[in-house]
Amino acid sequence: MDFIAIFSIFILACFVGYFVVWSVTPALHTPLMSVTNAISSVIIVGALIASAAAGSASSKWLGLAAVVMASINIFGGFAVTARMLAMYKKKER
Amino acid sequence: NPWAAIAYLVAGVLFILSLRGLSSPATAQAGNRFGMMGMTIAVVTTLVTHVPWKTGDATNSYVGPDLVGIAEILGAIAIGAVIGIVMARRIAMTAMPQLVAAFHSLVGLAAVAVAAAAYLNPQAFGIADAAGQIYTVSRIEMGLGIAIGAITFSGSVIAFLKLNGNMSGAAIMLPGRHIINLGTLAAIIGLVAYFTVDQSPWVFWTVTGLSFLIGFLLIIPIGGADMPVVVSMLNSYSGWAAAAMGFTLGNTAMIITGALVGSSGAILSYIMCRAMNRSFISVIAGGFGADAAAS
Repeated sequence: MDFIAIFSIFILACFVGYFVVWSVTPALHTPLMSVTNAISSVIIVGALIASAAAGSASSKWLGLAAVVMASINIFGGFAVTARMLAMYKKKER
Repeated sequence: NPWAAIAYLVAGVLFILSLRGLSSPATAQAGNRFGMMGMTIAVVTTLVTHVPWKTGDATNSYVGPDLVGIAEILGAIAIGAVIGIVMARRIAMTAMPQLVAAFHSLVGLAAVAVAAAAYLNPQAFGIADAAGQIYTVSRIEMGLGIAIGAITFSGSVIAFLKLNGNMSGAAIMLPGRHIINLGTLAAIIGLVAYFTVDQSPWVFWTVTGLSFLIGFLLIIPIGGADMPVVVSMLNSYSGWAAAAMGFTLGNTAMIITGALVGSSGAILSYIMCRAMNRSFISVIAGGFGADAAAS
């Protein structure tokens, strides 16, 4: 894909990110931070590509190590967010 | 592959719905589930489109999916899943901020590992010519990715140590830190620029080392009370690192999601500062703000 096309996608996504969180309730700051953290582990996509790429053993192991780290973050991040939200719900009642 | 691009787009939309959902109590749990769905789609799509492939050689004529390679990848995901879920279950509710900081350092380190993997094996990523010369644009993206990833890692480690009480929550002021910080930042920017004309390992690894150092230097002068904002800011950095690597790999899932996380993380830090009645600039600039408060 040419650079301008992917750069356009990038800029538009920046604006979406800018507008989407303005109305957050203060009590949800920590869960929102935690879910954003979990989503930032999309770096796992790069890690998977690196682990699947042929030609260099060191590169593959770096990729696999990154897969482990990113998946700790994915599973841990979403699980912790769910726990925080469950607590928040109990408080509301 | 148009289907992969569409799947990545769906994942991106789910991530937007997830962030939006977490903004309001009524939709927060649905938001978390949208995030999980988006991540599942992104991971499965990448696995399907990038399955390691055996082409056969002199000793082995097998042609097809590399079953060992697939097992290694699934094993790596399973190890991460077990560690992540156990940590999330066992942690005390009061220790949430440091857990997020700890998870965060992993994203930074993963970004560094991906950038290093791309640097060591550029032809497999389609970012180098036949002679092994990495394209100029890719060098800039890779340099930025590794620098931001390394800053995220070391900064998050310090944030974790401060929040967890392993390190004094007080602001640690090094003498002459402004000069050290500015000098280190200038060296990183200069070396990333130099990397575009010289792809020698020493340039790449010096950028990495200096970025680890600046992450450490930038966070130690910030007091413990401001740490949640710092964690959110580092969150934003990890998004930018993912986006930079997305440019390197030409991967729209990483670009869209990285940009989303990067900008929403920055806004969230700003909102958190405002809620705490702190000046955003003074928190981000660390020691600079503390100077103003002391005088």
